[in-house]
Amino acid sequence: MYGDTSIQKPIEIAEPTSEEQARLEEIFQQKIDDNIKIEPQEWMPAAYRKTLVRQMSQHAHSEVIGMQPEGNWITRAPSLRRKVILLAKIQDEGGHGLYIYSSAETLGTSRAEMIEQLQTGKAKYSSIFNYPALSWADMGTIGWLVDGAAITNQVALSRCSYGPYSRAMIRICKEESFHQRQGYELLLSLSRGTDEQKEMLQESVNRFWWPSLMMFGPNDSDSPHSAQSMKWKIKRKSNDQLRQEFVDATVPQAEFLGITLPDPDLKWNEERGHYDYGEIDWEEFGNVINGNGPCNKQRVANHLKAHEDGAWVREAAAAYAEKQQNKQVA
Amino acid sequence: MTNEQEWPLWEVFIRSKAGLDHKHCGSVHASDAEMAMESARDVYTRRSEGISIWVVPSNAITASKPEDKESLFEPADDKIYRHPTFYDIPKGAGKM
Repeated sequence: MYGDTSIQKPIEIAEPTSEEQARLEEIFQQKIDDNIKIEPQEWMPAAYRKTLVRQMSQHAHSEVIGMQPEGNWITRAPSLRRKVILLAKIQDEGGHGLYIYSSAETLGTSRAEMIEQLQTGKAKYSSIFNYPALSWADMGTIGWLVDGAAITNQVALSRCSYGPYSRAMIRICKEESFHQRQGYELLLSLSRGTDEQKEMLQESVNRFWWPSLMMFGPNDSDSPHSAQSMKWKIKRKSNDQLRQEFVDATVPQAEFLGITLPDPDLKWNEERGHYDYGEIDWEEFGNVINGNGPCNKQRVANHLKAHEDGAWVREAAAAYAEKQQNKQVA
Repeated sequence: MTNEQEWPLWEVFIRSKAGLDHKHCGSVHASDAEMAMESARDVYTRRSEGISIWVVPSNAITASKPEDKESLFEPADDKIYRHPTFYDIPKGAGKM
């Protein structure tokens, strides 16, 4: 759901209420068609703003919640090298969340409001982070598949029509490549290890393959209102297009690792020039998105706890700043 | 949910290397300038992206309005004589 909100209730698009408004909308669409980026203070349709706030805040939440499955493994990393890599990666995820929150705030929604929506369940985040990280191999698989899927999506989003979002995506894509490569490297070392390690690798990929494909959201035929997002160039490629790109890039990498992907229907289609793949279990996707995945409750509860435990620090810092300011005045 | 007040917003500008201008790269929330500086470092320079940081309270910035674009910037469009290419200098005069 990095950049896909098509499973949610569509945002209503109001008809222009005056001639002036119709004119503004026309100028706006012309800019989009001419690939001129939209910047914060400029006029934009209310639904464009709302769609962006929803998509960007959910994207930011995904980054922040995404720290949890990995954070769980920091103390159990098998070497100092792996540990510093994991720490750096998790810090990046936090940073990515902050870039996107910062960009979303330019649309006039406060950070506090976005956080509250996450904590009350009003805003979603990527379904993938509701799956647990059960083995060390998962640290590699998450980098390779989950970050790989995220990159596919985010490269497309870096051409998004909203300037601040597009700039945040460019910055993120640069950093995300490290995430995928360290993951693949981790898996490579397992693939050259003992039988037990190879087994751990295969088992991890078996669990993460389908949820990674789900990250791109429903099939195009089931996301009717993404057409508007495409017209506004908030979305640049359809869910199925991105999913196909990801599958095509990933299958050879799996072969190189010497593992199988858990899909009997996966095969090269000469005619299409793409890999065919099996039907995704959309019922599972719906369940996880709607709060019934293995870790939904834990993820939000952890976020809430960290937020509440940190309240005194925020209050103390605010009190200190006020005191310093008063001193200066006096 | 707590009703605590959100920390003020600061805009972050980074000089990527000596000789270049500071360039806007995003914002951070912080209770004071010192914290804004530390957060800006952590958020925007994890990979040696900068050698100098400015943090400025967002509400201290006065920005031009998009609707003033014409009156502010259009007058420059027809003053082509402000550009060196407006002038024809014969080759014989040498490099200029």
